[in-house]
Formats: sequence, C-alpha cells, structure tokens
Amino acid sequence: MTTLAQRTPSQTTRTLTGEDIEALAKGAWILGTGGGGDPYHKLLNMRQLYAAGHTVSLIDPMALADDALVAVLSNMGAPLVGQERLADPRFAIKPVRMMEEYIGRKFDAVMALEIGGGNGVHPMQVGALTGYPVVDADTMGRAYPEAQMTSVAIANLRCYPLTMADIRDNELIVPRAASWRWMERISRKACTEFGSIAATCKAPRSGAEIKQHGILYSVSKAIRLGETILQAKRDHADPIDAVLQAGRGKKIFTGKVIDVERRAAEGFLRGKSIIEGLDDDLGAEMIVHFQNEYSVAYRNADPVVMTPDLICVLDSVSGEGIGTDILRFGQRVSVVALPAPPVFLSELGLANVGPRAFGFDLDFKSVFGEHSS
Amino acid sequence: MRRIGIDVGGTNTDAVLIDGNKVVAAVKTFTTEDVTSGVRAALKEIVTQAGDAARIVEAVMIGTTHYTNAVVQRRNLGRAAAIRISLPASASLLPFCDWPSDLAAEVNGGVHMVHGGHEYDGRPLVPMNGREIAQAARSIRQNGVDAIAISATFSPLTSECEQQAADIVRNEHPDARITLSSKLGRIGLLERENVALMNASLVGLADEITQSFVDAVAESGLKAKLFITQNDGTVVVAEEARDYPVYSFASGPTNSMRGAALLAGIDDAMVCDVGGTTADIGCLIQGFPREANNVVEVGGVRTLFRMPDLLSIAIGGGTIVQREPHKVGPVSVGYRLADEAMVFGGSTVTCTDIAVAAGLIDLGDRARVAGLDRHFIDSTLTTIYGEIADSVDRMKTDAEPVPLLAVGGGAMLIPDTIPGISEVVHVEHEAVANAVGAAIAQISGETDKIYRDMSREDAIEAAKAGAIESAVRSGADRETIKVIEVEDLPLSYLPGHAIRTRVRVVGEASIGNAS
Repeated sequence: MTTLAQRTPSQTTRTLTGEDIEALAKGAWILGTGGGGDPYHKLLNMRQLYAAGHTVSLIDPMALADDALVAVLSNMGAPLVGQERLADPRFAIKPVRMMEEYIGRKFDAVMALEIGGGNGVHPMQVGALTGYPVVDADTMGRAYPEAQMTSVAIANLRCYPLTMADIRDNELIVPRAASWRWMERISRKACTEFGSIAATCKAPRSGAEIKQHGILYSVSKAIRLGETILQAKRDHADPIDAVLQAGRGKKIFTGKVIDVERRAAEGFLRGKSIIEGLDDDLGAEMIVHFQNEYSVAYRNADPVVMTPDLICVLDSVSGEGIGTDILRFGQRVSVVALPAPPVFLSELGLANVGPRAFGFDLDFKSVFGEHSS
Repeated sequence: MRRIGIDVGGTNTDAVLIDGNKVVAAVKTFTTEDVTSGVRAALKEIVTQAGDAARIVEAVMIGTTHYTNAVVQRRNLGRAAAIRISLPASASLLPFCDWPSDLAAEVNGGVHMVHGGHEYDGRPLVPMNGREIAQAARSIRQNGVDAIAISATFSPLTSECEQQAADIVRNEHPDARITLSSKLGRIGLLERENVALMNASLVGLADEITQSFVDAVAESGLKAKLFITQNDGTVVVAEEARDYPVYSFASGPTNSMRGAALLAGIDDAMVCDVGGTTADIGCLIQGFPREANNVVEVGGVRTLFRMPDLLSIAIGGGTIVQREPHKVGPVSVGYRLADEAMVFGGSTVTCTDIAVAAGLIDLGDRARVAGLDRHFIDSTLTTIYGEIADSVDRMKTDAEPVPLLAVGGGAMLIPDTIPGISEVVHVEHEAVANAVGAAIAQISGETDKIYRDMSREDAIEAAKAGAIESAVRSGADRETIKVIEVEDLPLSYLPGHAIRTRVRVVGEASIGNAS
C-alpha cells in the first residue's frame, strides 16, 4: 500500500493558517445555501484548537494514493438544533474512531461530506485533533439535506457502512443499507431520536473514488470566496458584488424578510420565507422554500431559481450568509444564485437533487441558461 | 400632553419639555460624575425655564448611555457567574468563550457547567441534577459573587430548567441577583447567554442609576411617571429597567435619530449625531433608524439585539486634538469638558476649541483660543470633515443624494457639503435632539403566548391583535401602531397543534388622552 507519507508532502499539502480558517468559515456559509449549519461555533472551536497549538493540513485530492482511505464526515440534523447544542470536536471524532474500529483500518485523511455551512469546517476540527490531513474536496460543492444528494451517490458508489454518535453514550453502526435512499431513511430516524443532531462518518472512500467522483478543490474555493468578502469589507466595497464576481453568480432579488415559517420535523428544518422587494424589486415579493437548505424561490407566482442552482440568501449590508435557522423578520437580504457543479446537472444528478427531489413538480431550469448534460 | 425627555450622555445631560410635538423648553447641562446631580440640575433648570408649562407634566422619560459606556469602557461592571445547564452537550464552548479577553477578565465570576436542558422537541436532554446546581450556587456564594446568569439548552422553548435552577440557587444563595436567559432572548444559546451575562454584570449599576433617576424626579417636585427608554425607541417603567439594563443599551442613538426626524420634519435621511465623545452616523427610514441585520456586537460581545445600524467614530465636542504629531482623537475629555477645554479655562485643545476658534460656534471665552494658529485650525477641521464624510458615505446605501440631519451638541463640526448628500440640515434645538427623541419615545405592546389547535396564520393574527391591544392600553395611538417583530416556534412536544407566537408592536404615544 502506498501511504501518503511516501509522497512529497510539500507539493501536495499545505498547512492552513488561522486566517484561512476564518475565510473558510465565511465562504462555506455562503456555499451552504442556508444549510449545513452556521459555521460560527465550529470556527470558535477551531480558534481554540489553533490557540492550543493544533493545526490542519490541506491535501490536494490528486495527491491521494488510489488505495488511500478517506473518512467522509458531517454533522447531521436540523440546523436550528446546532444553535442550542453547540458543536464539540470531541464528538466529531467519535464516529471516526468507531469506523476505524469497525473496519479494522486507520484512515489516511478526512474530508467534508459537504463544503457548505458548518459542515465545511467540521472535518477541520477532526483534522486538528487527530493530525489527519483534510482533503481539498467534498461530495456536494455546497450543502444538501439528504444522503443520496452527493456526487458519490450519483456515481452509485457503495453507501455503507455508516457510523453515528450522540452526545450521550449512544452509538450506531449501519453495516449495510439497500441504497443511498435507504441509508438516508435509516440514519435520519436515528438522528431524529438523538435530538436531530448527530456526528456521522459516512461510507469510507478510496483515494481513487475521490479523484474520480469528488467535487475537487472545493475547500480552496470556499477559502477564496471568504477572502473576497473579507477584502471587500476592508475596502468598504459592496460585498454582494464581491460574492457575485468571485462566485460567477447572479443577483435574483433584494428585499426585506416579512415572514418566516419553519418547523423542525423528521430530522430536518423545513419551511418558507417571504421577502418583500426593495430597490429594483420594489412591489414584488419572493417566497423562498427550504428543507435545511434553500430549494426553490418564486418571484410573485413564478419559480425563478431552483436547486441544483445554489440559492444563497445574504445580508445585504455585510454580504454574510443567512442560514435557514437564523432568517428573521425585518432582515434586509439579497438573494443570489451561484452555478452548481456539473455532476448535478446530468439526468441522474437532477433525479437526486432537482426540484422534484424536494417535492416541487417543476422541470429544472437554470438561471445560468441552457445546461448540457 | 406634556412630557420631559432627558438624555444622559457621557458629556452632556440634556432635557426638553415638549407639549404634543412642540418643544416648549430645552436645556443642555454637563453630565456629572455622580449622574444624579446632573439630572437634578437639568430637571430644575427645565422646570424654571418652562414656568407654568411644567406644572402638568405626565411623564419623565430618561435615556442613558450609561450601560453601553460601562461595557464599552469596561467601567463599573459587576462580576457575574454563569450557570449553564447543557451537559453533556456544548462542553467545548464555555460561557464567555467569545468575549474579548479584557472584558471577560473583568466580568467572569466563575463558570459552572451542569447537566440538563431540553431537546428541540421538549424532551429533556438528560435529567437536570439539582445537586450540581446547589453546589455551583454554594461555590458562587463563597467566591462573593451575587450576580448570576442561568442559561439552558432550548430554554426559549421551555424555561423549566432555568426556573427550577433559579429556585435552587435562591435557596443556597439568598442574596443572588439572577438573570434567566429565557427572559432575554431567542434561539441561539451563546448569544442569549452573552446577553444574560451582560445583564447580570450590570444589575448592580442599574440599581444605583435607576434609584438616582427616581430620586431626582422626586426632588424636582414633579408628579410625573418615570420611564426609561430602550433600544427600540420605546420605554419601560423604571422598575423594569432596574432588572433588565441591557434593554437600554442603544437607546441614545435611537432617541437622537427619532428626535432629529421630528425636529426637521424629514423622515428619510442620513443622521449624524455629534456628541461629546463620538459621532454616530445612522440612516432614517420612514422616521425610524435602520436596524442592524444580524448579530450585533456590544463592546465586542455577540448579541441578537435589535439595534439601530450605526457607525460610531471617535469625533465629538470633547475629543482631544493633539499637536505633535497632529492627531484628532480617539480620546475625549468627556464630562470634564467644562474644566479642561481651553474656552472654559482649561489647557486641553478639544474639537470644541477648534470650532470656537474657527468661528463655527460661540461658546466660553473666545479670547482664550485666539492664539491658535490658522493652519492648525484648518488642518484639524479638514481631518474632522474628511472622517465624517467618509463615514457618511460608508453608511449610505442609497445611490441618490439624500439629506443629512446634523444633530447633537457638536453638530457644528459637521461640514456644510458632503459628497452624496443633497443638503446638510440644521434645525432649532438640534443640540438636544436626543432628549427630544426620549420625550417622544414610543409605546410598545407584546404578546408571547402558546396557541393550540389554530393555524399558524390565525395564531399570528391573534397574537398581533393581543399586542396591539396591550400597546393601546399603555397609551399608544392605535392609528400609528406597527408590527416590529414576529416570531413563532412550533412546539411539537405538546399535544394538538401548538405554537408559541411572539409579536411586538410599537406606536406613538396618543396625544391628549394617554392613560
């Protein structure tokens, strides 16, 4: 077995600085499209870990050996719960150790299931504590609510085993599931029982699988996006414009939140928000639906932007992401669309993450024009 | 309807008497170190000035920056202990974990993590352990700390753990002053706990300040009700402000912006309020301050307060101007302006001295600044004008030129022309706009109730109607009432379709027929 140590680390890995982590948290929050959890608490944990001398190294996915073993990590559940049950790195590690024990092999690296939201920062906590490098990739390029909504599920890679840990002494291993959807159903039930929040380690992936099917360099992309916003803030430039430029996005709507309806149910945070138009959108109204993440947005009665296009609701003044869990009456927001990774635009991709996967009987139409599959 | 509005700033204590929407009398005095004597003096002077008009005053409404200044300047803060009921969850991020270290060092009176709290669906996280709470309370008492903030996971959903813990603490520590996080905020454990801790650290000061206000009004001989203004431009009776000083945090800027709108008769504009220590720039939309969107930091601490979106720069009438190297601020002489400024016989060059020397205002003894050289005066003004213009530009979100209302005791330091500003508007009584704002503070009404077997829409409508009635009962004019906050939490742990709905409304005080 070729281990990572036999490669030339200087070319393939770099140590992330505290500033990189700060920028990552900002960028990931935007790519989270409202979900993945507010990265703030994980950022606080990372500041504490860095202050205590821990660091994280980021590894180029193309430098992974084909047979390297990568842990795919996330915090699963309803984002709102994370506002009250705060992220704790000790519990993020638990499912990783459970998986190593279960499969009888140590991991070579860890990776984010989703780069969006707090889950983009989640594996950094594990990397800092264990010393495992974090792979510069994920399986969504954003955040999605369900297990089958990943590039590795669309590629039909194996969906098991899965390990899950609760803050109490509850641990769960799913040795086998019939499909990604079954894995979603089974794990979601357990997660709901645990209080709609649980640390998970998904089916381990080989280096070859990541190289072929991962969404590559998404950590670097999130860091760059975050740096752009921080720079715009320093320059007193419009942070929304900065996001649009850095993410090649489109501005969809500007307005003020006048209603938020949400409920934590079946392990998700579901609901919708009504935004009353301001500036160029004066007189219009936008309704944004969400299931953890924003899924479809209607302008008056017309669906104007839908998943897999990324729907980001940003603070109009600061450019910061606004999660589905922190949306509230009176906020002035800009709704922005960013392009989706191509894998989700294929027929298979749309079957897993298109509007119908979220219960909307709509044919996907991208705001970025005709897409090719 | 006659009211007296008082604003106690870091430098000045201002008072106005208004009749309806008309300013009958206005005074500007210096804030005193003990606060009370300044308020007493301002009250006495306004009563004298107003003569007969002062005889039927219904209310005295006081706004104060005291609490904000205490946090920002790390002064007069009490030590506060934290009891957080959340274990085994949230163990890596302790209370005070995101506070600036100097402030945490000043306030942190001990952190006690105990088991308990709830899940989002109302189930207990783990059973709360009363012995852990009692032990924490004993240790807090032994450390000589009285102020305690109690927080628990999902307490906005069910405050059971916090309430029970408070009973246990009172039993072990009878002198404890307890702040429950569930009384102060919404979902967001860390931010809610931060606010509870700040409140706990301020209750000692709030006792003193509130009492001094009560005494000052009593001594004035006025038979008026005393109100304290809050962050959102509304008032509460003094007794309530005593227990929840954090609600009075940003009342000063809110008051000055609303006062500016009234005095100028302009509802959409930028506002620049130059006080003794800072210049605060904000934006008025339909007569109300534009609110900050998300998380609001107070003295570097994250909160979820509703506060006006403000940019504060260290330029005010008392700001010290240094010669070598030439520098304006950030330090201000504050209320010592009366002794230390050159025009008042002192030896420190302040922005006020520069304004007098440049002929922008006539104050004190002008002869005492005759010796300042022209170049020094001009370059200081250029610096001040530049900083104000930059800050106005940063706060402006409208591409069209808009008017700017110049208010505050240091309004003469605002330049006459600013890029992007159609007109700099000065008005009569601009120096006491904040006191005017306090006098016209609004009346609020709130409903926070669990509704069962109702649709969400119906529950919100019912809560709105309840909030409006409560505001009208407190003296608000029904026609002017608007909804400023709607929040609902579905309570899936209760039988039937249960939803906790909170609605807050505000309205103008009804003129002439207040209760």
